[in-house]
Amino acid sequence: MSRYLRTLIIVLIVLGVLYGVDIVFHGRLISPYFARIAMLSGIAITLAVSLNLINGFTGQFSIGHAGFMAVGAYSSAYFSVNYGVRLAESLGGGSLGWMVSLFLATIVGAVCAGFAGLVVGVPSLRLKGDYLAIVTLGFGQIIVVFLNNIEAVGGARGYSGIPIVKSFFWIFLIAILTIVVVYNIVHSAFGRALISIREDELAAEAMGVNTTRYKVMAFVISSAMAGAGGVLLAHFDGYLNPKSFEFIKSFEILIMIILGGLGSIVGSVLGAIVLTILPEALRGFAEYRMVIYSLLLIILMITRPQGLLGGNNALKIWRARRRARSAAAKAQIVDAPAESSSDRNPTENPPGKEHA
Amino acid sequence: MSTFLQQLINGISLGAIYSLIALGYTMVYGVLKLINFAHGDVYMVGAFMGYYLANGLGVRAAQAIGMSANGLVARGLLGSGDLQPSLVTALIVMLLAMAICAALGVIIERLAYRPVRKYSRLTALITAIGVSLLLENGGQVVFGADPKFFPELFKKRNIDLVGGASINSADVVVLIIALALMIGLQLVVYRSKTGRAMRAVSFNLQSAKLMGINTDRIIAFTFALGSALAAAAGVLVAIRIPRIDPLMGILVGLKAFVAAVLGGIGNIPGAMLGGLLIGITETMVVGYLSPTYKDAVAFAILILILLFRPSGLLGTVAQEKV
Repeated sequence: MSRYLRTLIIVLIVLGVLYGVDIVFHGRLISPYFARIAMLSGIAITLAVSLNLINGFTGQFSIGHAGFMAVGAYSSAYFSVNYGVRLAESLGGGSLGWMVSLFLATIVGAVCAGFAGLVVGVPSLRLKGDYLAIVTLGFGQIIVVFLNNIEAVGGARGYSGIPIVKSFFWIFLIAILTIVVVYNIVHSAFGRALISIREDELAAEAMGVNTTRYKVMAFVISSAMAGAGGVLLAHFDGYLNPKSFEFIKSFEILIMIILGGLGSIVGSVLGAIVLTILPEALRGFAEYRMVIYSLLLIILMITRPQGLLGGNNALKIWRARRRARSAAAKAQIVDAPAESSSDRNPTENPPGKEHA
Repeated sequence: MSTFLQQLINGISLGAIYSLIALGYTMVYGVLKLINFAHGDVYMVGAFMGYYLANGLGVRAAQAIGMSANGLVARGLLGSGDLQPSLVTALIVMLLAMAICAALGVIIERLAYRPVRKYSRLTALITAIGVSLLLENGGQVVFGADPKFFPELFKKRNIDLVGGASINSADVVVLIIALALMIGLQLVVYRSKTGRAMRAVSFNLQSAKLMGINTDRIIAFTFALGSALAAAAGVLVAIRIPRIDPLMGILVGLKAFVAAVLGGIGNIPGAMLGGLLIGITETMVVGYLSPTYKDAVAFAILILILLFRPSGLLGTVAQEKV
C-alpha cells in the first residue's frame, strides 16, 4: 500500500515540477531559443528511448524510425486540423480544451504508427537476421514518397495550418512516460525475454520464448512511441514537410542511441540531448555536420562498439538484483557464488516489480 | 503491344544495371554476412569518377583515341556504321572508373570493415551505414550537391524494332557491357582459383582459413570485384540517363539489395535474375500504372518475398547448426 502511495507522490511531484517549468517557459522568463532547444531535446528523448527498446534491448535493427514518426505526425496533424480544433473550441478553447485535443491527437498518432509497425514488423521479424534493417529502411523511403503525393496533407509543399501546442509540460510528460514504460518493460519478464532474444535468439527459442511474438510486440510499442514523438513535432511548429522525415532523420536518432550506448536508457537520454545541442554549436560548419557525424560513427564503432555509456547497463542492473536476491537466500543455500563486484548498489528496484 | 515491348526493353536495360549492383551486395553478403549499405554509394562514386574521367580526358581528345581504333569495337559489336567511334572512349572511361572504385572498395574494407569484423554483426552493420553516409555527405562536399550532367560519350540514336518499339543505342551498349561483365564474373567465380577460394570462404570462413586460404585477401578481392561492378553500373546509368548527383545511390542501392534478396542473397545467378525482375516490374508499373509509385514497387516486392519465400527465388534454405 505504501508503495502505491510513494509512486503516487512521485507522479504528483513530477507533474508539479513539469507544470512549474512550463509556466517559467511560457512566462518567457528564459530565452525562447533556449526553450526551443529544451523542448526539441524532449522530443528527441522520446524518439531515442523508444528506438533503444528495439535496437538496444531486443537486438533487432530498425533504421526507419523517422518513418513511424512521420506516420504519427501526419495522422495526428490530420486529426487536429479536421477535428481537434473544433473539439478544443467546443471545450472553451482554453488550455484544458487544447490538452484534451492534444491528448486525443497523441493517441491517434501512436495508434497509427503502431499499426504501421505491425504491418512492417510481421513479415520482417518472422525471420532472423538483418531483414528488419532493410525493410525499415525501405519503409522510411516509401513513406516519404507517399507523403509527397498525398494532396490531403499538403504533398510536397508540406502540411501547414496545424494548431500549435508548444507545451513543455506535454513534451516532457511524453518523454518521461516513454522512459518509464521502456524501463518497466526492460525490467519485467517481457523485458528479460527481449534481452534473451538479443543475447541468443536460438537459445531463447529453445527456452520457450516465442521470439517472433516478442519481437513484434517490442517493435509495435517502439513504433507507437515514435509516433507519439511525431505528434509532438507536428504540433511544435505547426508545419510538417516530408523532407524532414527522410533517412537522415532516422540516422540521427540511431546515432543518439549508439553514441549513448545500445541498451542504456540513460545513454540514449544523454545522446538525445547532446545531439540536439551539438548541431546548434556546429552551426558554422553546417555542410560538414553529417560528414563529421558519419566519421564519428565509424570511429566510435571501431574503438568502442558498445557506445560511450554502453556495456548492457540494464543487464548489469538485472544481474545485480539477481545477485542481491541470491545473497538474501544465503541462509538456505550454503555455497552461494562468490561475489567479487558486489559493491554496486543493488537496490535500484523499479516500482511494481517486487515479487516473492 | 508496342507499349509492352517498349517497357520490356527499358525494363531489361534498367534491370541489367540493378543486376550489376545486386551482384556486389550478394557477393559481400556471401563472404561476410554483411549488408554493405555503402555499396549503393560506391555506385554513385563510380558515376562521378566516370564524369570526371570523361571531362578530364577531354571527350574530344578521347574521341581522337577512338578514331585511331576506327570504330572497330562499335562496328564489330553492332554491325552498324553510324555509331560514333568514341564508344571506345566509353569503354576506357568505364574501365578506369571500375579500377578506381575497386580500390575504393578495398580501402573501405580495410579501414572500416576489417577492424569491426571481430565484433558483432550489428556493429558491422552500423559501420556500413556510417560509411554510406560518409560517402553521400562527403560526395556532396567534394562533388557539390547539385546534379551534374554526364557528357555524351557516343552519339545515341534510336533503332526501330519490329512491333513498333524502338531501342536506344545506349540501351544496346548497356546490355552488351552488362552481359559481358556478368559472363566475366561467372568465369572468375567458377573457373579461377581465386573464385574457388571465394566460394570456399562464403561456404565457411573458418574452414577456408584452416585450408590455408588467405581469407583477408579473398574478402578484399570480393570487395574489389563488387565495387568494380557497381562502378560499371554507375557509368552505364550515366550513359543512359546523364543526370548524376551524390544521393543517386540511396534508392538504387536499396532496390539492388531487394533484387539480391529476391534472387536469394548470396546466390550470384539469383542476383542477376532478381535485378532483371525488379527492373522489368518497375518499368511496367511506370508504363501501366503511375510513375509516382515506381519507388514503392521494390519495397512491395520485398515484403512479398519475405512473407512467402524468404530464401529468395534461387536461394536454398540454410539449415541452422547449433
